[in-house]
Amino acid sequence: MEFLRPASWDEALAAMAEHPGALPVSGGTDVMVELNFDLRRPPAVLDLNRVAELAEWSSDGASVRLGAAVPYARIIDELAGPLPGLATAARTVGSPQIRNRGSVGGNLGAASPAGDAHPPLLAAGRGVRVEAHSVRGVRLIPIDEFYLGVKRNCLAPDELIRAVRIPVADGPQQFSKVGTRNAMVIAVCAFALALHPADGTVGTGIGSAAPTPRRAPEAEEYLRESLDWTSGGPLDPQVPLRFGELVAAAADPIDDVRGTAAYRRHALAVLARRTLAWCWDDYREQLGRTA
Amino acid sequence: MTTRSIQGEKNLRKIDQASEDGIGRSPLRPDGALKVKGEFAYSSDLWHEDMLWGTALRSPHPRANIRSIDISAALAVPGVHAVLTHEDIPGSPYYGLEFADQPALAVGKVRHQGEPVALVAADHPETARRAAKRIAVEYEVLTPITTEEQCLDPGRYGYVHEPHEYRARAHGNLCHEQRLVAGLGVTDEVRALADVIVAGEYEVGMQDQAFLGPESGLAVPAEDGGVDLYIATQWLHVDRQQMAPVLALPEEKIRLTLAGVGGAFGGREDLSMQIHACLLALHTRRPVKIVYSRDESFFGHVHRHPARMRYEHGATRDGKLVFADCRIVLDGGAYASTSAAVAGNAASLGHGPYVVPNVRMQAISLYSNNPPCGAMRGFGAVQAAFGYESQMDRLAAALGMDPVELRQVNALAQGDVMPTGQQVDSPAPVAELLQRVKDRPLPPPLDPSDRRALPGALSNTSHGEGIVRGVGYSVGIKNVGFSEGFDDYSTARVRLEVIGGAPVAMVHTAAAEVGQGGVTVHAQIARTELGVERVAIHPANTEIGSAGSTSASRQTYMTGGAVKLAAEAVREALLERGRRRHGWTHGDLALAGGRVVSASAGVLAPLAELLGDEPIERTRVHRHRPTVALHPETGQGFGHVQYSFCANRAVVDVDVELGLVKVVELTAVQDVGRALNPLAVVGQIQGACTQALGLAVMEEIVVTDGKVRNASFTDYLIPTVLDTPPIPVELLELPDPHAPYGLRGVGEAPTVSATPSIVAAIRQATGKALNRIPVRPEHLTL
Ligand SMILES: Cc1cc2nc3c(=O)[nH]c(=O)nc-3n(C[C@H](O)[C@H](O)[C@H](O)COP(=O)(O)OP(=O)(O)OC[C@H]3O[C@@H](n4cnc5c(N)ncnc54)[C@H](O)[C@@H]3O)c2cc1C
Repeated sequence: MEFLRPASWDEALAAMAEHPGALPVSGGTDVMVELNFDLRRPPAVLDLNRVAELAEWSSDGASVRLGAAVPYARIIDELAGPLPGLATAARTVGSPQIRNRGSVGGNLGAASPAGDAHPPLLAAGRGVRVEAHSVRGVRLIPIDEFYLGVKRNCLAPDELIRAVRIPVADGPQQFSKVGTRNAMVIAVCAFALALHPADGTVGTGIGSAAPTPRRAPEAEEYLRESLDWTSGGPLDPQVPLRFGELVAAAADPIDDVRGTAAYRRHALAVLARRTLAWCWDDYREQLGRTA
Repeated sequence: MTTRSIQGEKNLRKIDQASEDGIGRSPLRPDGALKVKGEFAYSSDLWHEDMLWGTALRSPHPRANIRSIDISAALAVPGVHAVLTHEDIPGSPYYGLEFADQPALAVGKVRHQGEPVALVAADHPETARRAAKRIAVEYEVLTPITTEEQCLDPGRYGYVHEPHEYRARAHGNLCHEQRLVAGLGVTDEVRALADVIVAGEYEVGMQDQAFLGPESGLAVPAEDGGVDLYIATQWLHVDRQQMAPVLALPEEKIRLTLAGVGGAFGGREDLSMQIHACLLALHTRRPVKIVYSRDESFFGHVHRHPARMRYEHGATRDGKLVFADCRIVLDGGAYASTSAAVAGNAASLGHGPYVVPNVRMQAISLYSNNPPCGAMRGFGAVQAAFGYESQMDRLAAALGMDPVELRQVNALAQGDVMPTGQQVDSPAPVAELLQRVKDRPLPPPLDPSDRRALPGALSNTSHGEGIVRGVGYSVGIKNVGFSEGFDDYSTARVRLEVIGGAPVAMVHTAAAEVGQGGVTVHAQIARTELGVERVAIHPANTEIGSAGSTSASRQTYMTGGAVKLAAEAVREALLERGRRRHGWTHGDLALAGGRVVSASAGVLAPLAELLGDEPIERTRVHRHRPTVALHPETGQGFGHVQYSFCANRAVVDVDVELGLVKVVELTAVQDVGRALNPLAVVGQIQGACTQALGLAVMEEIVVTDGKVRNASFTDYLIPTVLDTPPIPVELLELPDPHAPYGLRGVGEAPTVSATPSIVAAIRQATGKALNRIPVRPEHLTL
């Protein structure tokens, strides 16, 4: 197995072009497990850790350009303001050690349906783009098109993720994850909700309850129509119930060793109701403050 | 104790005091700092020049005939030194703890997924693993026998072993059966005496010991044709006893030394890689190391028996138990391991720490094509406790009684008779333990502003919504030491000599230190008995006689008792030397503060002077009082050495909409007879409670059609610090007159008792019946 250590982004892209099948490694929290368990034996491993700009983020106020390798620990510390949904999700990932190494780029690379970064990215708005680079050029992939199947994404073999572009939150965002232990647990199911008062829309993301992370479009549409953005009045008790049903209906879960399909649907409905209540409370508070 | 009873002159006061690090104190573990700093050498860290790495090829099928094994492709891999199958075994192909029914390498068929079929030794572990994958095994796959119904109908579903292969009391696919009848048994007339009858069916999933240090060891071939094995195990001598016939070597040519053990909990009582490493080492004439990976570890050791139980209890209106009718079915998997003893424990302890005048009990252990099950902390008493304690709560509800009061009304006490006919002849403060645990202050109500305190914790599933608190109580009983007529003994050698001008005691036993703190306690005993401060612990090995297993809560009692006897013998020899040399006639001599002292005459001589360059060494064997086998039909007999009791209270917060549980507090009150090292005792109780919590809410090896679905710590979940609540511990010290220092084995009772308290608390919060553990979110919500 070859071990490639490019010193710059251009070198990294060139190496990917030269070595088809090379496996990029960033935090290594997925890759090293797979290599150690002999689940994967790539011809080459490409270490991205010397490419400094991958571990940086920047913002123009409207969106954040999040370097692929920025670890969860820094997302929690530095980006809870502009990206509250993602920061909340980052807080639930693994253990302190994993949060110090693991990254959103790696989560996208692995494309596990249980990856915790996916639901908040799906919810964060239509503007979320995965920046995929290769020697052939740059693609800005809308997040909705990124996931193809269980642990499959739409990256070409020579492409690397440079960053993810995420709109700065224009309203409350929440993320909730159900696991069968109180820390260090893979999601049985997860749900992210983002309110977008700017255009009166709602974003959702469902994790661990379908072959890919996915949104719940009907549920989003229902909320868009049902929420009274201008007055910010209390929620009609029917709204969270219906919203929960629609979220559960959008999932396509299976029975596995972590939980049953029926439980996943049930839990998603509960998470949808609760996150809506929290977001709406926050939104009303914000309205009250600006009024 | 000698030092404590000394009285007399003022100048004696200081040295009269018990050693700072003697028994009853809490000196720290000698290996504690090393372990915390990551510097302790575990068996997986063993290294030898020139060593090879061994690995096993394991069966992917739970049940199959082996048509052929072709090793040629594996042998052809560069770096491979040996590929062995059962045909290369020089001696008997079979071994086993109770009966030798388990092949060291599969012979013609496999009976469980993960059964070792062939071995490879290579110069690199990765080479060995890759070569193992090249061994071509042709299987004829058969439908596995996995359920109780299938096991008990061999005519239809087949036999796990051929009928003629069954040993001891095994027949059909029944590995062992223990019945018990007490009083009038359970008949219609007896039932008629009860005002209230409750019945329930209960199920316990397969728990794993989940020790953190995987199976590992190093075998070094010796010049004399024998082998030296450095190994993480629970019982050196019984390993050797099982290895010798397979390796076709006399026992003295197999020398075992204990390597650093990373936890055991019963999972190292059976052999894992011992025979494999020795076969490869003897074959290649090179040292061979084997270290399991985590997933191999799940297949490489026995687990806790899953159980299905039916319980029926009858009581009078005032709560007095009239009868208990119990059937406990344990799935022992493919090989016997300790299934017979586990079933014996389930039968003789399965009615709980209660006085039950009429009992009918049947405990059986099945042979199946599921993973083999054997010893795990609590050993047959754990499964039963979930049954009888669930029943106590059910009965209390049916009677409209307080569940603690119901238990107290029926609590076992000293002088009472167990359903086995055995009279309890030492303290059994069951009612008092319950009272004390109930009287402890309750934790404050939930503070939802601290997210970590909520079910789901930082997964952000609740900000206080849907949370209901529940409180549950339970009490349990566990036997200490080996039961049912087993000749249970421990050997210790103590040597007292002068090193660098000071008296030093050396304690040598074969006791396996698996983390329980034997090395700490044995040194404390030597200090107390010999009045010295410096004690060295000799590495445990087979140069000395057996210390028995580090299991059954027995090592402080048994090997501690042997150290005490040997130290007393050394002391007596030393005093005898003094009497001879100096003509001492005092009847009040003792050793304290490094001196021989007389209560009346003061200091007589420094130990160093009396010892000079003539060390004193004594070896002693300690046996507990004998027990007898239980009668197979009636279950009668003086079967157990000592009982150990613990009572728990669990306080839980349950998110009743999501089914997530947070144990808020888990209190334990236990009678320990005498706490030789109070800190270590509390550690044992807290650890046992945590393992019990795991069984209550998360720990299960999920097996479908004989196949394990979660052989990793990704999906076999054990409690993290956010799952583990404060565990306040209160100790009672009521001495057992039969035991050294009056002590009671402590390591298991809370594993037995704590699980039901947690489930009871979840029941109270949710109103769900919860007849199966571990409780899963879907059990609470759907
Ligand atoms: C103990 C433990 C607990 C865990 N808990 C969680 C959890 O709670 N939630 C969760 O979501 N995940 C969890 N994970 C999985 C893992 O930590 C996450 O998926 C993490 O986001 C991976 O990031 P990484 O930087 O370590 O990725 P790596 O392991 O370096 O890479 C992962 C994948 O992404 C590819 N990749 C990495 N960088 C790039 C890039 N720039 N361009 C293209 N492809 C790239 C790699 O080739 C690989 O396929 C856990 C893992 C462990 C070991």
